[in-house]
Amino acid sequence: MEDEKKITSISDKIGLEKSDELSTGFPVSIPNKESHMNKIHSKAVHCWYGDFHVLRDINMEIKHNTVTALIGPSGCGKSTYLRIFNRMNDLIEGFRLEGEVTIDGKDVFAKDIRINELRKKVGMVFQKPNPFPKSIFENVAYGLRVNGVTHKKFIEETVERSLKQAALWEEVKDKLSKNALSLSGGQQQRLCIARAIAIEPSIVLMDEPSSALDPISSAKIEELIWELKAKYTILIVTHNMQQAARVSDKTAFFYLGELVEYDDTKTIFTNPKKEKTQNYITGRFG
Amino acid sequence: MSNERKKHLQNNAFKIWAIFSTSVGIIMLAILLIKIGMDGLHRISFSFFTDLPSRRPENAGILTAWVGTLWIMVTTAFFAIPIGIGAGIYLEEYVKRGRWASILEINIANLAGVPSIIYGLLGLELFVRTLHLGQSILAGSLTLALLILPIVIVSTREAIKTVPNTLREASYALGASKWQTIWFQVLPAASGGIMTGIILALSRAIGETAPLIVVGALMYVPFTPKSVFDSFTVLPIQIYNWVTRPQAGFLINAAAGIIVLMMITFIMNGTAVYLRNRWQKNVRW
Repeated sequence: MEDEKKITSISDKIGLEKSDELSTGFPVSIPNKESHMNKIHSKAVHCWYGDFHVLRDINMEIKHNTVTALIGPSGCGKSTYLRIFNRMNDLIEGFRLEGEVTIDGKDVFAKDIRINELRKKVGMVFQKPNPFPKSIFENVAYGLRVNGVTHKKFIEETVERSLKQAALWEEVKDKLSKNALSLSGGQQQRLCIARAIAIEPSIVLMDEPSSALDPISSAKIEELIWELKAKYTILIVTHNMQQAARVSDKTAFFYLGELVEYDDTKTIFTNPKKEKTQNYITGRFG
Repeated sequence: MSNERKKHLQNNAFKIWAIFSTSVGIIMLAILLIKIGMDGLHRISFSFFTDLPSRRPENAGILTAWVGTLWIMVTTAFFAIPIGIGAGIYLEEYVKRGRWASILEINIANLAGVPSIIYGLLGLELFVRTLHLGQSILAGSLTLALLILPIVIVSTREAIKTVPNTLREASYALGASKWQTIWFQVLPAASGGIMTGIILALSRAIGETAPLIVVGALMYVPFTPKSVFDSFTVLPIQIYNWVTRPQAGFLINAAAGIIVLMMITFIMNGTAVYLRNRWQKNVRW
């Protein structure tokens, strides 16, 4: 109950709108829960980098508060697909998308979308940890500051809460003013996670978050993902199939830009319907 | 001669030539410093710094010269720094790569190589005459600001180039706008390189003589400036003035003035190197 109250106050502070009991941020009415509401929807999505057709006809529906793993060999469009949802692909020249992508019924590529607002709701953790060359405190506070929060006490509380959620608080609580680059790789990545969840997004995109980390840090991140599931919707791209099997509810297998199979994780890994999927997870290629 | 022996001799000859080439520069500098030191070191005193120029060499000091230099430096920095950094940010962060961008880049690099006297002529026509600023500190500073602008722009661009894209991505992913990303992440990360560039640009400006003479810096200024609209003189011009006088006493003064000018230059360049080293150590991506 305490946490519920805190979430409300953060949403108010950074001007998010609440709909239903999930703070998805997009102002929507809720006629029918079974409709496009509370879902991330991709319909007939094609993507190009210049002439290169990187994603072909992707149709996928993701429910809130789930962990979805995107697996597949390198270069098959998984990261590209991930980066659609917070429009990070816009930063790449020559990127083009056709099709429909909606979050809770609102088109992500609508003309009147404010990209800053979208990125507040859809956070991202990158493959190589990229903390800012500032103090640990300022790293986590940055997201709040650029979104207009100035109340000192509030920022301090949010930083502490985010670091606790990212299971990093105990290790850094005495050195919040130290430079973030002095942390180990695993700690830096958890810091990046704390930084991303400080602004209370509803969706967190993770692009191979533990591929650059040692096994112990990797395991800590996985634990973290499992705990974050209760509050956030998580999409995770991973090369590590065992990790996908451990951590996700549903898995999507991408091959050469196509969505080959998308199903419950248990099904994909024990009883896949397509032969290509079977071949990939048993290591016959990729 | 056997092949082995020939190779050995060539190796040694090359090494000796390389050492000789390096030594030439160092030896020349050493000779200059020693000669200047012998001539002028004894003339340096508190009164040298606080005396106005005079017809008698023993009483002539560099007060108006170094105060004028200070006024010029501060005013030049006031114009050159914001404009140079702004242009550097614009060219690096906003302009799309392409033919137009390359043309701009080549032109700015070329501007850095234009002879300084041409900047003097430009300043004379534009600032002194057309804008009626007269032969003032303002006209001189604007002229020098134009001169060092390419240096500031290029250093800013180089410093910004070293900021990795992953930093910008992380900032955008948190909902920051382009300007917020530049102001809060890119510029602070590039600040060391930018500062180094500014110091080097200013240390170039401090020694400029020709453009300031053209713009109208006076040779004999028996007063210190009180505003940017006043006439002025600077250290290099004062030195030049003394060198042209017949009395031997003035040559000693000139040597002392050169020592002061070189000290300032060494300190500025040394600071730039120190800052650059500190910045490179602090910033580990």
